[in-house]
Amino acid sequence: MNWFSWLSTFFTDPDRLHGPDSIVHRVGEHLILTGEALGLAIVLAVPLGLLLGYTGRAAALVTALTGAARALPTLGLVTLAVLLAGVGDTAVLVPLVALAAPVLLVAACEGVRGTDPDLRDAARGIGLTHPQVLWQVCVPWALPALLAGLRTAAVQVIATATVAAYVGLGGLGRYVVDGLATKDFPQTLGGALLVVLLAVATQLLFAALNRFALPAGLRRR
Amino acid sequence: MDGEPLVRWRWIGDHLGYLWGLLRDHAVISLVPVLIGLALALPLGLLCTRFPRLYQPLAAVFNVVYALPSLAVFVVLIPYTGLATQATVMIPLACYALAVLLPTTVDGLRAVPEPVRQAATALGYGPWRRLAAVELPSAVPYLVAGLRVAAVSSISLASVGALVGRGGLGYLFIDGFQRTFPTPIVAGIVLVALLALVTDAVLLLARRLLAPWAVRETVVGR
Repeated sequence: MNWFSWLSTFFTDPDRLHGPDSIVHRVGEHLILTGEALGLAIVLAVPLGLLLGYTGRAAALVTALTGAARALPTLGLVTLAVLLAGVGDTAVLVPLVALAAPVLLVAACEGVRGTDPDLRDAARGIGLTHPQVLWQVCVPWALPALLAGLRTAAVQVIATATVAAYVGLGGLGRYVVDGLATKDFPQTLGGALLVVLLAVATQLLFAALNRFALPAGLRRR
Repeated sequence: MDGEPLVRWRWIGDHLGYLWGLLRDHAVISLVPVLIGLALALPLGLLCTRFPRLYQPLAAVFNVVYALPSLAVFVVLIPYTGLATQATVMIPLACYALAVLLPTTVDGLRAVPEPVRQAATALGYGPWRRLAAVELPSAVPYLVAGLRVAAVSSISLASVGALVGRGGLGYLFIDGFQRTFPTPIVAGIVLVALLALVTDAVLLLARRLLAPWAVRETVVGR
């Protein structure tokens, strides 16, 4: 057996093309779970991060929080959440959001905090109110940092959503976990390859977005 | 799960030796890769400062490597390193550590102000002596910052290795899940977080000893 035959076994299986175990369906499940987790994390963390960054409060706390969040083992959080709340998307969403939110919080906070102070002063000087300064000056300035944070969070959620297949969720992790459980190595390997492709595609998407993220006024200063 | 408490202290008391063994295994499979990553990052970082053209492509490659989901990478390695071996988990973790440490090493080596470098040369330092006495010490705060991120993420990632049969404390998550028994899971989460905390404290202490000036500088800089 070699890579080529393993992968061709996996990709030519009719189950991969139709039905609940098809690649399209699994990719869809993976993307929906990732999207839900990221969406929730954005709603929870970004406004708070922007506000904290603008006021300059609790910056040390925010940094400590991300350090602590990084130390939490994802597999442990996912298994515990399912034992406590039962199998389902909601149970797994909690740890996924808990992982993504601190990353976004720090990105928003640091991005706004890094705004050129002269720019902020000038904006105040021409009569902008604080909310206007935040929205029209600091948020555009923070956009690249926010996107970088979003990229890190997305990649992390995609990886953790793979692990979540262990507790019975759908997504591409299904192939990996089912293959390991049934000693069906082609399936495990094919699933792993698809996860890698999805992660790389996400990276490329964000690299492309990044080109448009910087406001025109800040390019080539 | 009805009526089952979140933590059964008796189970923990009865399994202290077992937990200690898993903790030690966890420390080895998560921290040895960080040391390997550091051992590779230093020469690679030096090469990158010497030949700056190398840095951009290398950084791009490691950026992608860092984003690869750990479970997928463990699985891809199984045909070469075998199921449930230390190598299957340690090789990817070393790559992640290198991905974090390479940029911090390069930043650190570049952080030496040009006048300082020239002063060292004027005092008669050759390139190697300058490296050992000026550039590496200046890079220590950067290296420690990178090591903190690399070590803490390595410790938490290693537990995913349990899914391919070698995850140290991660085994507690699988065990607890399969038996619908939360105590081992809680114990595992707490021990992983503790290991991360202690490692972080040791690294901060190392920075204090190796680069006592760095602490003061960060405070002034803020």
